[in-house]
Amino acid sequence: MLDAFQEFFRELAQTNPKWNFIYLYDPVQTERVLTGLWMTIKLSVICVALSVVIGVVGAWLQGSPIKWLRMLVQGYIQFFRNTPPLVQLLFFYFALGQFTPTYAPDGWVEVPVISNVGWAILSLSFFAGAFNVEIFRSGIEAVPDSTKEAADALGMNRLQIYRYIVLPLAFRVSLPSLNNNLVNLVKTTTQAIVIAVPELLYQLVSIYNDYSTAQNACMVLMFIVYIVLVGILVMGMNKWERGMRIPGYGQN
Amino acid sequence: MSETEWTPDQPIVSIKDVHKSFGDLEVLKGVSLDVMKGEVICIIGPSGSGKSTLIRCINALNDIQAGSIQVEGLEVNTTGLDKLALRKKVGMVFQQYNLFPHKTALENVMMAPLLVLKQPEEEVEKRARALVKKVRLEGKEDSYPGELSGGQQQRVAIARSLAMNPDVMLFDEVTAALDPETVKEVLVTIKDLAAEGMTCILVTHEMGFAREIADHIYFTDRGVIVEHGPPKTFFKSAKDPRTREFLSQIL
Ligand SMILES: Nc1ncnc2c1ncn2[C@@H]1O[C@H](COP(=O)(O)OP(=O)(O)OP(=O)(O)O)[C@@H](O)[C@H]1O
Ligand SMILES: [Mg+2]
Repeated sequence: MLDAFQEFFRELAQTNPKWNFIYLYDPVQTERVLTGLWMTIKLSVICVALSVVIGVVGAWLQGSPIKWLRMLVQGYIQFFRNTPPLVQLLFFYFALGQFTPTYAPDGWVEVPVISNVGWAILSLSFFAGAFNVEIFRSGIEAVPDSTKEAADALGMNRLQIYRYIVLPLAFRVSLPSLNNNLVNLVKTTTQAIVIAVPELLYQLVSIYNDYSTAQNACMVLMFIVYIVLVGILVMGMNKWERGMRIPGYGQN
Repeated sequence: MSETEWTPDQPIVSIKDVHKSFGDLEVLKGVSLDVMKGEVICIIGPSGSGKSTLIRCINALNDIQAGSIQVEGLEVNTTGLDKLALRKKVGMVFQQYNLFPHKTALENVMMAPLLVLKQPEEEVEKRARALVKKVRLEGKEDSYPGELSGGQQQRVAIARSLAMNPDVMLFDEVTAALDPETVKEVLVTIKDLAAEGMTCILVTHEMGFAREIADHIYFTDRGVIVEHGPPKTFFKSAKDPRTREFLSQIL
């Protein structure tokens, strides 16, 4: 069965040299695709989670009474929102990477404590996080002062009000924009290729550099994988949105 | 010393010469009043006269520039105010209910005892159910605020406030946003409370209700208390022309 499948694509590559689906019959290439896919998934999941955390914390700090904290967050947002993520990746890895300490796990070769994958995660999370701060902030601003005041009058402290009243309500307002930003983030993980993070795009480009006839087949796979990945994310987010819907509140 | 020894023969809420400004606008110009434990007082007066501001000052939602407000001997007008101690003494119900829309009626009532008083969930739930029953909303425990009428929401808000076991309840025009038909159900709830001996400070435009329930009525205008007295004498023989004019418009 599997043999027949592989045989079919091997022959297809022979008869149509423009359509060499090499990763479907050559186990070595299959392996490269799978490790790339796994890296892309890891990168996406970690960056999505981290960027949401950054968004929540950043939005909280923006409401701080301490002026320099607010300015710091504002500066962060301006920097990451107004510069290209590709340049950020290069900057993090090549510029900041020079100043990070190194260590020698095997006692001989010095390696930096933050690998290129680590820098990609940091850079991409902060990039998407900057937008998330803005997204959550507009959600937070949509929570009426009177609701917070009622919580205050019941004796809740600032953190409790934020955690139990403001965030749950703000989340519901923010979800559609958050959805868009996270979709963008997942797509932007491909840019990690510039610092040689072995994610899917990196692996597929390597494959068609080795086997030029595989170029079209690699591109096709790239699109399919991203349509599926983003599709899963959007489905999850929509389900979440529906689950958080409050009876008799907002538009439903 | 911000907390002095308080005994029930002293006023439970004691307001002395309170001045409050928003920027250049002086809203309270030396207001004094005392409330004894178990008393029900109503504050009436024209719009903008500072009624809301006054009762918001009592639980420190507004700060004051001068004067003193004591609740059971706890001075509210100090920088080192133990807000939580005050919150445990004073409950407040707002005109717009301000329920938490993402929580059911029962959860709204349970939230503060769980988070603030850190009481065990089982006990809190039992009390919350009893409170929901008390405000005559049995069967609505699992409804969200958006599924309740204004009057029902307001009664949940009253139960939510009572869950903290306050000694004094503040009501700021709690029926002003309601349809005439639902006003009554909320007033009945407040009447029940007053009958049980809860100290209540109400801002209201419901003169009939004030006359029926209040031990004492205060009339405010432009930041001062113009006149006050027990309802019988207050409504029959108001002396100040401003009071008379107000009463003639509203009655
Ligand atoms: N946060 C605020 N900032 C500035 N001015 C305020 C603020 N709150 C109230 N005021 C002003 O203080 C004055 C008294 O307001 P307050 O709400 O206490 O009146 P009120 O007697 O409750 O009126 P109403 O019957 O309309 O509720 C008004 O002139 C109002 O504009
Ligand atoms: Mg008012």
